[in-house]
Amino acid sequence: MVFDRLSELIADHSLPVAIACSLKRLCLGYLITLAVGFVTGILLGWSNWLRDSIGTLLMGFQSLPSVAWVPLATIWFGLSETAIYFVIVMSSVGAVAMAVSDGIHGVNPLYVHAARTMGVRGFGMVRRVVLPAAFPSIITGLKLGWTFGWHGVVAAEMMQALPGLGFLLYMGRELADMSQVLGIMFVVIAIGFLVERLFFATIERRIRERWGLKTK
Amino acid sequence: MTEAAVQAAAKVSLRGVSKRFETKKGVLEALRPTTLDIAEGEFVVFVGPSGCGKSTLLNLIAGLEQPSEGEVLIDGKRVTGPGYDRLMLFQEHALFPWLNVLHNLEFSLKRKKNLNRRERREVARYYLTLVRLEKFENSYIHELSGGMRQRVALARALAPNPGILLMDEPFGALDALTRDELYIHLQEIWQKTKKTIIFVTHNVREAACLGDRVCVFSNRPGRIKSVFRIKLPRIRMMYDPAVSAEGARVLTELKTEVHESVDPRKSNEKTVNHDRILSLTGHTMGDGI
Ligand SMILES: Nc1ncnc2c1ncn2[C@@H]1O[C@H](COP(=O)(O)OP(=O)(O)OP(=O)(O)O)[C@@H](O)[C@H]1O
Ligand SMILES: [Mg+2]
Repeated sequence: MVFDRLSELIADHSLPVAIACSLKRLCLGYLITLAVGFVTGILLGWSNWLRDSIGTLLMGFQSLPSVAWVPLATIWFGLSETAIYFVIVMSSVGAVAMAVSDGIHGVNPLYVHAARTMGVRGFGMVRRVVLPAAFPSIITGLKLGWTFGWHGVVAAEMMQALPGLGFLLYMGRELADMSQVLGIMFVVIAIGFLVERLFFATIERRIRERWGLKTK
Repeated sequence: MTEAAVQAAAKVSLRGVSKRFETKKGVLEALRPTTLDIAEGEFVVFVGPSGCGKSTLLNLIAGLEQPSEGEVLIDGKRVTGPGYDRLMLFQEHALFPWLNVLHNLEFSLKRKKNLNRRERREVARYYLTLVRLEKFENSYIHELSGGMRQRVALARALAPNPGILLMDEPFGALDALTRDELYIHLQEIWQKTKKTIIFVTHNVREAACLGDRVCVFSNRPGRIKSVFRIKLPRIRMMYDPAVSAEGARVLTELKTEVHESVDPRKSNEKTVNHDRILSLTGHTMGDGI
């Protein structure tokens, strides 16, 4: 039943198109998240004061489920792509920023001292020493951010009449088509699992190996 | 010689340098005011009880910490921060785990603007060969043994050819053979490059083998208690009886220091305590089965 419905959706191209649209949104949104998350994380990691103020706020954001951003996004941006991107970024940016700032905070000061005696200073210290040293903990946050972004994109698409996996879920509900709902849920799980387990977990493992840390 | 002349001659000049740390438990005095002039090209060794402030003093000279009182002068100029003329070989190796061995060495050469990429690699390889690790240039740090890491760290500190080399117990984790070899290399490099070296160790024989002068520190808060001038010809060997004899002199001085810190009554209590702990943990004879 479920798989029959899925093959129909594949045959009429609606599923591949939906997957492509959702992934494209997630990738673009995630890039924005990375840019914003790294800048914020570096600033938070550098300044104790910012960390105490904005960092606490970010922690609060993180306890907000992705779907909770949808009403706000709809009010601000209407039924649009922008609203979806807003939900993706807001869902994932906290995890990335926190991971970057915690990672930076946990860097062994010995590395910084050694680099200082070797003439590294300013932004070179961040780029060549602090971020690489913090990378094993940052990558965990990147993975988490991707997962939250994935939750966000599906949640946001359910409210928008734009092609995407969330929209197919929504349509399934409207048509009371149980097979379609279950089938799309399966696809969402499968993609999330594949990206997280194959892509991020592999990078994480490689990095932990290279850094000489225990592999989990 | 007038005071000005002495100052001018000194490469490194410590003038009443002291250091206190603010800790949660209050102020901790790590180093009492210390005054010492080190000439250009001199090899000076610091020995002293653990925790007496040797690493702290190296950090002050490196410019990684600021003295609470007094000042550190390099070539007559006050130190306010780290400088590329001084490289530090840390007690823990401080190699970067995200770079392989060769890239770790090249990292320290990045600031040498006159070197291009190929020359940097050439210099890095030369120093790797010197510490006999040329076969490990592509290894990551966690793949090396403790002694190999120390050798890479030594190569990384030597590669940019700094005028002043600060070495904090750099040879602790080496086997005796490698260590003897590196003592010779270090003396050769020092003679060739006329570096000023400040070297911290616990090993009095090592001190006598390497140093022009050996400064013995008192217990914490440390200060330089006595200075021995070692006038043996170079290159000195560890197993040379003359080196051992000088080492023995330093050791005698050091021993008075370590013993003064232990109150005999307290040490007696410790013995009692020790027996009690052993009995608690069941290390009594014949009690096994
Ligand atoms: N950043 C710091 N904050 C607080 N206390 C410190 C700090 N660094 C060092 N100390 C204290 O200063 C004292 C001297 O430390 P230091 O590391 O200089 O000793 P050391 O002579 O190098 O000892 P060792 O031979 O064991 O390496 C110690 O009591 C140490 O606890
Ligand atoms: Mg020390």
